[in-house]
Amino acid sequence: MPIAIGTTDLISILPIAIVSLFGVYLLLQSVFAPRMNRILIPYLGILGVGLAVVGNFFLIGMEGTAFEGMVRVDRLTVVLNFLFLITAALSLLITISYHEGEHVEFLEFTPLVLFSTAGMMVMGSAESLMTIFLGLETMSIALYVMAGFRRTNRHSLEAALKYFLLGAFATGFLLYGMALTYGMVGSTNLTQIAQYFTQNALDVPLVALMGLALIIIGFGFKVALVPFHMWTPDVYQGSPLPVTAYMAVGAKAAGFAAILRVISLSAFSIAFQWSEILWVLAVLTMTVGNVVALVQDNIKRMLAYSSIAHAGYILVGVVASNDQTVPSVVFYLIVYLFMNLGAFAVATMVAGQNERRVNIQYYRGLGYTQPLLALAMAVFMFSLAGFPPTAGFIGKFYIFSAALQSGYVWLVILGVINSLISVYYYLNVVVAMYMQQPVDEKKIAPVLPGVGVVILVAVLGIVYLGIFPGTMLSVLR
Amino acid sequence: MESFVWYIPILPLTGAIINGLFGRVLKDKAGWIASLSVLGAFGLSIQAFLLVREGITFDGNLFDWIVAGNFHTSFGVLVDELSVIMMLIVTGVGFLIHVYSNGYMHGDPGIARYFAYLNLFIFSMLLLVMGNNLLLLYLGWEGVGLCSYLLIGFWYQKPSAAKAGLKAFITNRVGDFGFAIGIFIIFKAIGTIYYSQIFQQTEELLAAGVLTAATLLLFVGATGKSAQFPLHVWLPDAMEGPTPVSALIHAATMVTAGVYMVARFSPLYSLSEVAMAVVVIIGTFTALFAATMALVNNDIKRVLAYSTISQLGYMFIGVGVGAYAAGIFHLMTHAFFKALLFLGAGSVMHALAEETNIQKMGGLYSRIKITAVTFIVAWLAISGIPPFSGFFSKDEILAKAYAYHPLIWVLGTLGALLTAFYMSRLVFLTFFGKSRVEPEREHHIHESPPVMTVPLIILAVLAAVGGFVGVPEVLGGHNHFGKFLEPVFAQAEANLHLAHVSHTVEYGLMAASVLMGLLGIGLAYLMYIKASISPVTLADRFRKVYRLLSNKYYVDEIYQKLVIDPIVSFSRWLWHAVDEGIVDGIVNLSGRLMLLFGLILRRVQTGYVQNYAALFVLGTLILLAYYLLS
Repeated sequence: MPIAIGTTDLISILPIAIVSLFGVYLLLQSVFAPRMNRILIPYLGILGVGLAVVGNFFLIGMEGTAFEGMVRVDRLTVVLNFLFLITAALSLLITISYHEGEHVEFLEFTPLVLFSTAGMMVMGSAESLMTIFLGLETMSIALYVMAGFRRTNRHSLEAALKYFLLGAFATGFLLYGMALTYGMVGSTNLTQIAQYFTQNALDVPLVALMGLALIIIGFGFKVALVPFHMWTPDVYQGSPLPVTAYMAVGAKAAGFAAILRVISLSAFSIAFQWSEILWVLAVLTMTVGNVVALVQDNIKRMLAYSSIAHAGYILVGVVASNDQTVPSVVFYLIVYLFMNLGAFAVATMVAGQNERRVNIQYYRGLGYTQPLLALAMAVFMFSLAGFPPTAGFIGKFYIFSAALQSGYVWLVILGVINSLISVYYYLNVVVAMYMQQPVDEKKIAPVLPGVGVVILVAVLGIVYLGIFPGTMLSVLR
Repeated sequence: MESFVWYIPILPLTGAIINGLFGRVLKDKAGWIASLSVLGAFGLSIQAFLLVREGITFDGNLFDWIVAGNFHTSFGVLVDELSVIMMLIVTGVGFLIHVYSNGYMHGDPGIARYFAYLNLFIFSMLLLVMGNNLLLLYLGWEGVGLCSYLLIGFWYQKPSAAKAGLKAFITNRVGDFGFAIGIFIIFKAIGTIYYSQIFQQTEELLAAGVLTAATLLLFVGATGKSAQFPLHVWLPDAMEGPTPVSALIHAATMVTAGVYMVARFSPLYSLSEVAMAVVVIIGTFTALFAATMALVNNDIKRVLAYSTISQLGYMFIGVGVGAYAAGIFHLMTHAFFKALLFLGAGSVMHALAEETNIQKMGGLYSRIKITAVTFIVAWLAISGIPPFSGFFSKDEILAKAYAYHPLIWVLGTLGALLTAFYMSRLVFLTFFGKSRVEPEREHHIHESPPVMTVPLIILAVLAAVGGFVGVPEVLGGHNHFGKFLEPVFAQAEANLHLAHVSHTVEYGLMAASVLMGLLGIGLAYLMYIKASISPVTLADRFRKVYRLLSNKYYVDEIYQKLVIDPIVSFSRWLWHAVDEGIVDGIVNLSGRLMLLFGLILRRVQTGYVQNYAALFVLGTLILLAYYLLS
């Protein structure tokens, strides 16, 4: 059967196409272009992302499927596309500043960011299990390479290898789960899967449940749910800082996009079958993430465990499985984007050449040597810890209120206790910055424009969403 | 109106942000940025006023602010007859005081900070009067409280100023606590925070039996903010702040927030006789109580502070007896003459190198003429001498009070006598008689620069003629002011059945109160100019009374013994026994436990991929077992 491709089909993947084409173009450019032009590559990458953002505006208001039910365009798609594109643009900005401190050729870096962003967007606009898988692999393979980008650094190579091995391992589970689901439903189309579950809601065959469980595990690996999180600290620590930032935000958001599409929406009718499991996973993830973060003194590892803990909070919203799930989870992902990219941007500035200064002791006295940088970091830490009036507070508030609406009182109590624990290690950074003497006299290089823009955008985003969450929420509803 | 009304609060906020961020660079220019932003807001307020006069009011929302479950709040404003009057007072008087501050604060190292706070205050005050819901009211209410605290303690290097700021803040917390509970009760009972909806559902509040409780609790907030007995103690100490601040916040605007609130909630207050009676009684008592303390004080600003407390009492009598328009009328004229008195006092202090003791002044009339003449205008206005503004507004309140209960009128008129007396004493001791100025200050005396005197002159004109907008019918006027406000208070007045007094009685009442005013002035004249009655012998003869008054009825001391000391010792016990012993113990224990868990769990992170994969599989097996076994 020939597949007819119409204009609607093409428009629905417009941002994905733009980003991919730019990726291919820049890959060729990095090989064949004269040396002079090579420094322009990250800027061209940002241009490509910008064009994709413009392209994404054409998708606003569209509602439906394309490519014979492989791709879905709806409000969620559009918002997620924006989210991934902003993440890519900000990460590339951090990369530009990072280049200047590192003696590594970062030529292929920009195309890789673009490819994996395309993969994320594919996941966000998936209407079929196959589309999700395709997007997931496109994203992941690019990330494996990026993790090992500091070729001369032992930790970086170790990170890449671990991420790749465990990633391949987890993909096996995911694919098996998809196969089982397909076996029972007879289709990979998410709408048809949803119909199947609705029809069999009272007596779901065990095999289908197994399939769903394996899919949860596959996605759980990507978003770092305990006990499938073990790769996270090692990979986050070993990867170059801009990659860590991109991975922590983009890959996690993409994973949750897939969870929303498959678990929250398609398997909505049998929520009672999986919410208990996710309940346990959420509590485990929050608790392990926060408790282990307490004893970290490497900022990258600390942020890695913090990102595990945040995956737990977001999962609380999924467990709620009501009409608040999608808005509250997406809102949290947006907030998470700003506060995490901001924190990583500051960490990049502090780390300096060869990432020598990633220990928390190097933050001592930052409030006096670099007042603005420290102030921004304080905002990020307060937001991560969930203090009002930052966006982090509002994000948690909506997630927890969604769970309360479904009656998960204990889950919310445990979540709040967990945020309480997290205050310790986030404020540890603030205490170091403002209440301790600098450990050495070495001055941190002045903040570079690229990182400066990221930090500014992140602070403004956090403050704006913290004080005026209404506008964004009305978009998400 | 929707197109521009938003800019009214935004302009001062912008000024505050600019001065707050770039104050160090701007230095003296900060004052002009601040003044212009308020002038802009004043211009727009006039435009709003013109629209409202044509009958176009506005009640609408700017944007969704908080959306949580069923709770939904918008950032909404209400511009009607009442709020537009308040906006004009806040921005108009506010602008004059901003201009004056440019001279008064000249050369102060913290000038940018000063103007940032002052602009922030105007912004908060505008939120308070413009909001169309309880949340914005509360936000503005707390915002002005914060600015008041910051500005009282503006010279924070001075321990007395820092303490006064703290006292104002804490005293207001007590009131705000009641205020917040009042708001909660209303929200709980009818589930909305919008005025328009609340006023439509007054029956439900009545049916729930919470109307009186809610209005009384809101009034507790008003006693704090508007310095009414028993929460009046902070206002005299607030005089530690810069004098223009006293004029703006502690005389003309913020302290009148309570009066505005009662007037705004008139549809609720008018339904509860108990609440109205409480407002009237507290107002009457405070009017007299504060006036007596002003009789013996020797600090020029503190006398004015007690006078403010007392005049606020009159306003509460007005809104309490149901004469809402009269209360707001007095609020406006008081804003003119009291701001003028404070600014005049500032000008006197400026001339005398910060001297505030009126016993060390005298004979200043010929030396700082503009200040003196404008001060005299304000004095005649507050003493209720026709045709100055205070006469019309105070008389309207007293006439309505008579209709409510003659005793209130008697006490109020007695207060008018005291007011005339202590204000005359202040004027005579400051501007007339022989100079008692300390020699080293003597050569320093000079009139203030035009940037300070021009606002004085403008305010003097307003204090003189401001009353003509509300000339009562009995004097052949049309009471435009009252007519203008009628739509706002129509609902409340429908609930009340106000008795009317005949014109003959009204003439009588008016004559009596003017006589009282003249009597007060005459007494002061005899004591302080003619010296035919010696104040010293008088104080000696009534030594006990004098001591009671000059010690402010020992209210501060009583609070210290009855409230503060027990709280402090209880808190000490909480600190040592409960907090250090029990709470810290548990916290430290759980903290250590968590760190221990962290250390153990970290062990799992071996770094070997095999182990990671093994845990992965284990997790998977448990997960699958859940489905297999269930």
